[in-house]
Parts: sequence; structure tokens; C-alpha cells
Amino acid sequence: MMGSPIASIVSAGISKFGVREGLYTRELFAEAAKEAFDRCPNLQPRKDVQALFVGMMSESYEHQAHVAPLFVDWIGLLPIPAFRTEGACASSSVAMRAALFSIASGMYDVVLVGGVEKMTHLSTTGVTEILAMASDFPFEQWHGISFPGIFGMMAVDHMHRYGTTEEQLAKVAVKNHEHGALNPKAHFQKRIKVEDVLSSTPVAWPLKLYDCCPRSDGAACVVLTSPKVARRFTDTPVNIIGSGQAQDTLGLFERDNFSTMKVTSIAAQQAYKMAGVTAKDIDVAEVHDCFTIAEIMAYEDLGFCGAGQGGKLIDEGATQLGGRIPVNTSGGLKAKGHPVGATGVAQACEIFEQLTNAAGRRQVSGAEIGLTENVGGSASTGVVQIYNRGD
Amino acid sequence: MTTVTSQEGVTFVRDEHGRVLPVVENFYRFCSEGKLMAVRCNSCAALVTPPRSICPKCSGNEFGWVELKRRGKLLTYTIIHFPPSQFQALAPYAVGIIELEEGPKLPGMIKNVKLEDLRIGMDLSVGFEATSPKEWPKWPRYFFKPAS
Repeated sequence: MMGSPIASIVSAGISKFGVREGLYTRELFAEAAKEAFDRCPNLQPRKDVQALFVGMMSESYEHQAHVAPLFVDWIGLLPIPAFRTEGACASSSVAMRAALFSIASGMYDVVLVGGVEKMTHLSTTGVTEILAMASDFPFEQWHGISFPGIFGMMAVDHMHRYGTTEEQLAKVAVKNHEHGALNPKAHFQKRIKVEDVLSSTPVAWPLKLYDCCPRSDGAACVVLTSPKVARRFTDTPVNIIGSGQAQDTLGLFERDNFSTMKVTSIAAQQAYKMAGVTAKDIDVAEVHDCFTIAEIMAYEDLGFCGAGQGGKLIDEGATQLGGRIPVNTSGGLKAKGHPVGATGVAQACEIFEQLTNAAGRRQVSGAEIGLTENVGGSASTGVVQIYNRGD
Repeated sequence: MTTVTSQEGVTFVRDEHGRVLPVVENFYRFCSEGKLMAVRCNSCAALVTPPRSICPKCSGNEFGWVELKRRGKLLTYTIIHFPPSQFQALAPYAVGIIELEEGPKLPGMIKNVKLEDLRIGMDLSVGFEATSPKEWPKWPRYFFKPAS
């Protein structure tokens, strides 16, 4: 039997992702919040919203810490309490879980959950160094191991263990660019070919430039309510019916198997059990494709296919729009963009669009059940959530 | 906890009884003596690197230091083309994860090898840079190289 709703999403807003010259996190966050508020005429933010939960990875990008009060101020909601969470690239999924707890506990009925990051004003080197802070400093960063390097080592292991090919990795990027071309908020809205990926500049072999998501600016917000008040705000809420989270070693090197993200499989098991569904029931999923190999591993760890079968799944076209289980209809991190703190909530925004039949040209017809998978660092944090239609 | 006699000049982080604490800082201070060290849990005998005060296998909290032979096999690797700024002069360079003969795993840079000769399973040994950085954290870097 399907699980009962833990909380309901009654509105969602997302800023344009990409290079947002001259705009910083406060303005990007306000842009996303404004859209979420404007799309929900029955919501009176100053009266109804009781707290803010926001995920942001690093204060180093724009030399700005203590952002919780700043964002509450910039969206006109002082003096409500605000909580900032950090879980590297999963920062705002962790915020979403904190918000869930606040609702499940009965403390609040209406909260805003968001995520944001500003990255494109810095050089590639500058961003590489800040992102690397989410890996182990004394043993990974200290020896010149970048984040693409960590996922490059996972890719080499996966290729060696299962025979996964660079072409299969490239197909993930091609698919997500295909989807991104249908998303007006995406950082990249252009199609690419397998040859473009294979001939792009090497970053951390076997990962090339087009195997890597871009650095982006952007923000995303959802209005989360207790299921009992959701109908005050919309006739078409989307319910969160399952939520799981797990942690693993900060250093990749301490793990037994570099071809799997244990946090994803553990979080997925928790979320499936809570939701009372299995992988077969999922109609649409947003997964963490920071690098193409991460999407291949996500297929396997979420149970969309068996271990080592991720390359075959992309070959079959099962995960593209129109396939058996469309993945990353938003364009994913690869094409929609990856302002790291925003990504978890941005995934929930896409599932909200899909389950309210508002995804336009990228709509998965008849989508009833959605899933998000968001990992932080080298999959040291993993969050999986499951959603259904509340109408 | 085993007390280790150090060469002159290397001081270790110790507890109030003078024992060398199982902490990352001491791992690197041993490196400055040319020693690759792990800690062994007194409760479950697990060899643990990096050293820490609570055993990840059994939650035991008493450890002794053990010197490792500095030989292992390459488990996985990659070639970094876009490095953090301080490594820019070295790019492209190889990094990998090795499994030491005694079991613990370590990540690091692979030197003295043609990039096209890298193979999973190849035998590597652990060496140490001749000089240490002058600024914090001053950790002397170990690296991997093909076993002779």
C-alpha cells in the first residue's frame, strides 16, 4: 500500500540557471522565491510562511556567510526563523529533509525550502578549488585530486569492472542536453552529439568536458506544507511520500567498491519502503548527474537496472523522454546546470512540474510517481525522495 | 598505544601519558621520518588509515601504531588535466587509489610512470617527497611509483 503523505509541495519556483552576471545569491534566491509565491495566489507569504530552510554549499564563492537571515530579509519575511544546511552538492536536499521534520513534528504547517549558489563569477580554477573542499583535505585535496578526478576514478573502476564504455557515458550527456533543450530555465538549451562529447577536452580521463556539468548560478524554492493544510493553497499539491538519507566516508578511497554509491542505495531503500513503492513504480526521476558516470551509477543504485547494467540502460534509450523510465527531464545537472546548493530543491521543482502536468514540452504523460536522488561530494551524502500526485 | 621513538627534530602530538595520539597530524609526522604508518585497533585488530580515535569497524578506542611495508596494487586511477592552482605546473598528472599489502587503502599521486602505462592491478611502492611545505599544514607528501 502506498505510504501516506509526509508533507505537500503546493508551489515551486526556479530562477533561470546559467551565467547570471551581476546577480548574487540574495537576488537569485529572491527570484526563485518570488516565482514560488506568485504561482500560488492563495498563499500570503508574510502571513502564512512560518520558517525558511535553505541549502547553500559554500560562503567562499562570494565571501558571504550567515545567509539565513540575509535571504529571509531579501524575500520580505523578517523575522521568521531560518536554517541553513550544508551537504555539499546535496545541501538543499538536506534542507528539505529538515523542513520535513519540522512539519512532521507538528511545529510548522507552512515553510519555504530553497537552495542557491553563485559560481560563474570565478575562474574554473577558483571553482575547482572551492568544490574540492567537499572532499577529504589531508588525503584527497592535499594530493592534487580534484572532484572530476574523484568521479574519474569511479568511472575507470566501473569501466574495468563492468565494461562500461566512454560512448555510453557520452550518451548520458547527449540525452540530458536533448531534455535541456526543452527547458527554458536550463543553462544549456542546445543539443549535442556523441562525437561532440568524445572529442571534447579531457578533464579527468575518461571524463571529458561534456561529461561534466557546468558551474552555474541559480536558485530554487518550494513551498512545503503539512498535508492537512495543502488544499488551502492549491487543488493540485504534490506529496512527499518517502524520504531517505545516508552518509558514507568523506574519502572515496576508504570504500570497498568505487563503482557504487552506497548512500544512494541505502537512501533509496528507506524511501521506497516509506513510500510503499518499488523502482518499477517510478514514472519520472531526477538524478544527480554531476558527471555522466554518476547518472549510470544512479540507475543501478536506485534499482532501475542491475549492478553493472547502467551502460546498457542508456544504450536502450529507456531513460530518455518517451522511454520506460525518463530520467532528468529537466536536462539534469548536465544541461539545466548545477548551482550546487540549488540542485536538490531544483530536482523537486521538476518533479512538481511533472506531477502537476505543467512540464510543457518535456511532460511525461500520465506521470503519477516521481523520484529525486541528490548526492553530495563523492557520494558522502545521499538523499532520495519519492513523490506522488495529491489531487 | 605504542610509544614511538622518533628521530631528533620530529615531535608528535601526544596524550598526557606521552603516547603518540592516533591522529592525522601524526600520520604525516611519521611520513617526515620516511615511515608509512597505520593504527591497529586493540579490540578487533583492524588496520586503520587514516588514524582516528574511534575504530570504524568496532568502535574500539585503543590503538597501536604499525609500520607498513609501502607496497601495494593500483585499484583505480585517473589523469587530471584541470588541477587546483597549486598543482597546475604538474598537469596532466595521474592520481590513483592503492591497496597496500597489509590491507588499508590510500589515494595519492602516481609519479615516475608514463601515463599510457598505467594499469589497474599494477604494483606500486610508496615514496616521500624530499622537502615539506613551509606553510600550514606542512604535511610531507607521499606518492606512488612503479615498484622496482
